[in-house]
Amino acid sequence: MASTTSNAQPTEYQKQQTQDEGGFFQNNYRLLSKIAITSLASVLLFIYLLPMLYAVVTSLKTDGQASDSRAPILPMEAVTVEIDGQNYEIYNVPLEDGVRELVLLDPGRRTSTFIDPNNPDAAPIEWEGNWRQLNPVRELSVEWGNYAQAWEFIEFARLLWNTLFYAFVTMIGTLISSSLTAYGFARFKFPGKNILFAVLMSTIILPPAVTLVPKYAFFINVMGWGGTWLPLIVPQLFGNAYNVFLLRQYFMTIPREMEEAAYIDGAGPFRTFISIILPQSIPALTAVALFHFFFAWNDFFEPLIYLAGSRELNPITVGLTEFNGIYSSEPNLILAAAIISMILPLLIFFFAQRVFIQGIVITGVDK
Amino acid sequence: MDFMAEFEATRSKSQQSAWRRLFQMKRGEWREARWGLIFISPWLVGFLLFYLVPMIASLWFSTLDFTLSNPEAAEFVGLANWRRMLFEDPNTWVSLGVTFLFAAISLPIGMISAFMLAVLLNSEDLMGKNLFRTLFYAPTMVPLIAAILIWSQVLNPQTGWVNRGLEALGINATGVDGLRWFDDPSLVYIAYTFIGLWGIGNAILINLSALQGVPTSLYESAKVDGASWLRRLWAITLPMVSPVIFYNLILSMVGLLQYFIVPWVLTNGDGSPQGTTRFYMVYFYKQAFTFQNMGYGAALAWLMFIVGIVITFFLFRTARHWVYYSGESK
Repeated sequence: MASTTSNAQPTEYQKQQTQDEGGFFQNNYRLLSKIAITSLASVLLFIYLLPMLYAVVTSLKTDGQASDSRAPILPMEAVTVEIDGQNYEIYNVPLEDGVRELVLLDPGRRTSTFIDPNNPDAAPIEWEGNWRQLNPVRELSVEWGNYAQAWEFIEFARLLWNTLFYAFVTMIGTLISSSLTAYGFARFKFPGKNILFAVLMSTIILPPAVTLVPKYAFFINVMGWGGTWLPLIVPQLFGNAYNVFLLRQYFMTIPREMEEAAYIDGAGPFRTFISIILPQSIPALTAVALFHFFFAWNDFFEPLIYLAGSRELNPITVGLTEFNGIYSSEPNLILAAAIISMILPLLIFFFAQRVFIQGIVITGVDK
Repeated sequence: MDFMAEFEATRSKSQQSAWRRLFQMKRGEWREARWGLIFISPWLVGFLLFYLVPMIASLWFSTLDFTLSNPEAAEFVGLANWRRMLFEDPNTWVSLGVTFLFAAISLPIGMISAFMLAVLLNSEDLMGKNLFRTLFYAPTMVPLIAAILIWSQVLNPQTGWVNRGLEALGINATGVDGLRWFDDPSLVYIAYTFIGLWGIGNAILINLSALQGVPTSLYESAKVDGASWLRRLWAITLPMVSPVIFYNLILSMVGLLQYFIVPWVLTNGDGSPQGTTRFYMVYFYKQAFTFQNMGYGAALAWLMFIVGIVITFFLFRTARHWVYYSGESK
């Protein structure tokens, strides 16, 4: 029967071969898997970050290119030459002896006249066909001026000053109040502590809207703080749940021995806190400072309502939104402004990522 | 035990012990308690001033007809605002529905992406882990407004790379009947979800650190038993990281209920296209701050708070069936 041949014992040679193949895959399985996994991650990352590349590329285009759906991907401009005081564009013209770069002297629908840019005095070349079907010769042309223009239009220096002022004042306030509160929860026993801590943590899921209307009425009508930064700054001087939680977790890992030694030396709780606890908590304090900085840099809703009508006090977020409304037809400028606004946070992140990432993990996993 | 009964029991127990401790404290304990309260006083004062009192005031405001420009004319109207909000104003339920519909699309996509990326970043076969982790996190650091502006241009029907890329693949995207991401009611939630995907960095990191905490011995014994990769993911990884998924779910849900900035920046709150982006928070903003109906706004805010509590309560109830805490016996 025919099938017996396939069921026959493999020859020594075949055995050897299959063993070798298995060996090859076994030995290189890890390597292949590494290549596959790393390639997959690279492709996904590339797609994930592609809009960023788009933003950079488009922010370097001229107005015309940025809103032209047929413009090349990179910022390019058509090459022109000046002949007798007039500018002419250069096109790729298919001729019998191959494609040549020629200056379009006289465009026409059926025939156009070209001349050789290297030899302008030679006889003009006639070409048959519609010149609009030809591809212009382009060269890289980067419009750095968009950044200067966006910076000026948006008055970025003022927005930056407002944002930094807001970020730093509230950062110092929240660092002081959150660390004091965290120390209270980490080290002292007092009645109702667990309930108070649960209340503190539950403010995380409390929608801000539910306190907003009376706060707004109070700040604007009673205190007369409309059009100032005070309604944004004052509530943040009292600590917040995320920061307290992160610092408390950190304080609880500090051994008590040094504090006890300080008490024996006659230091009070405040002295102990300042001279023993704070110096040992620099990483956690840095993480809180960074989180707060990014929060303030992104804060949008409250500035929008409290600073309405006071354009000169706007932070970057609100200023950028207004700019987007006004210059919606110039994507290159909008994207340049968006990129200007993200440089500082990204730089800080890349330099401080270790302490930053640790902080996120502590607040996210321990709870 | 029923959830509420359980809650009541723990509450009364901790209250009892709090009182007992208060009366039986020795001198040293008093001193300690006093210092504890002094240390937490910054937060306690802030909580009373900017959380507790405004919350109660908000409930009171919801019974008033009250415009900020004319506070003297404030008038007590009882439950009129609530009646109007719940039974007469269709926008309440429409905007709540819009919010939930968007959440139903964007939340699973965001959470699954975060989990799968964390699994990828946790793979022992991934080379250059730290670099990948940093770069996958980077878009989360892009300020939200900048991210919105970038995505609104990337998704531009004619000049954006998404449509030009699809066009290059032979799909009609840039034409007149092409993909108009922000003007087509059936695409706008997908476009908003893309923007949201640039903000999943924290969820990735939290998932990742939970994955790193799964004991490798579990995987090894499963491998010995011949469990496939998918089976191990389903039967070991998912239950082990379920507390973190639960935490992300709660935070995402609460965040989505307050979804505001993206529709505000892109549409200025006009609800376009065809009212699909009139989210609940946008409607609240319009009532409270554009029309200055403080009383009605307060009622809308309280409704949001109640809906949030109901959802959280519901999620906690379901958690018993799918969230696995390794420290706990079944």
